[in-house]
Amino acid sequence: MNVHDESNWASKVERLEVSDELADAGFNIAGKRVAGAQQGFGKLWQRRYAIDLGTTFTPEQVVADWKQRFATYWPDGATFHVALTGLQPGTVSPIAIASGAPGLTVSTGILVLYMDDTSFTFMCPEGHMFAGWITFGAEEDAAGSTVADVKILIRTSDPIYELGWPVMKAKEDAFWSATLVNLAGDHGVTDVPVEETTSCVDRKRLWHNWTNVRHNSGLRSVWHTVTTPFRSVRS
Amino acid sequence: MPAPVATMGVRHPRPQVAVIDIGGEVTSHCEQVLMGAYEDASTAGTKGIVLNFDGLDYMNSGGIGMLVTLLVRANRNKQRLAACGLTPHYRQIFELTRLDEAITLHDDETAAVAAL
Repeated sequence: MNVHDESNWASKVERLEVSDELADAGFNIAGKRVAGAQQGFGKLWQRRYAIDLGTTFTPEQVVADWKQRFATYWPDGATFHVALTGLQPGTVSPIAIASGAPGLTVSTGILVLYMDDTSFTFMCPEGHMFAGWITFGAEEDAAGSTVADVKILIRTSDPIYELGWPVMKAKEDAFWSATLVNLAGDHGVTDVPVEETTSCVDRKRLWHNWTNVRHNSGLRSVWHTVTTPFRSVRS
Repeated sequence: MPAPVATMGVRHPRPQVAVIDIGGEVTSHCEQVLMGAYEDASTAGTKGIVLNFDGLDYMNSGGIGMLVTLLVRANRNKQRLAACGLTPHYRQIFELTRLDEAITLHDDETAAVAAL
């Protein structure tokens, strides 16, 4: 076995723990299990967004920057909370995403599952919009150019999110394209298109996982928001 | 950087059960090799496939994703998947990613073949 391999992966966890400084933002993921594609509900999608960054930076340099400044590349309307330790295999990071409804953000998060010099992978927790994995990476193409990409293998988590898939798909397109444009801009590359490919790996929905709705981060975020005044009074 | 090299051999230890011997470095780069082996393993009547990881050197998260794709194809063909030969480290990765809920894990090939 490759001696570096073990440290690239997160250690096994049964349930996610959020660091103390991020506990408030991580209310929706603390105690949850991670959910792979087989624990989701909707059709299984494989998606890729890619951008050509030219020859100035190596894939290793781009991915090192991406890990270090991950949150800053996200577009407005979404917040990625990073623990003081930064992104490492096993890191649990809460996420807040504007829902579109005034005053309501959807709180969820990720587990950093895997990291090496040219890629890193997040795994979704129960209740996230998606169940599966998302990998950020860079590699050199045949022409010697560094291509950065976001590779996604996901199902929607539950029937409610599956109903919203057409809207979420469009939001994902805008979100990851903007992220890659920001990454490119930070490396001195502008006016380069983001290429997107999507394929349906499994058209079958996993109906036995419909009960995932009990973890739905959107519903739980609404409840958390509505009950906030009462929690404040009690405390 | 050269693409990682993976090897996949196919055996049929008993009727309706195939074994894919997985060796080398399993990443998303070896999808064609794995899917080719799956095609060879899925001769008419194959009901179960054992993924034997005895020869595995390395697997990254892309390899996990590829196994999910393989699992979908097997489910579509009503085939069961089992795995054996995983080191304690990779067994933990299967458990962490909850792949073990769909691909049953066994200590050795004999047990895996018997379970299918």
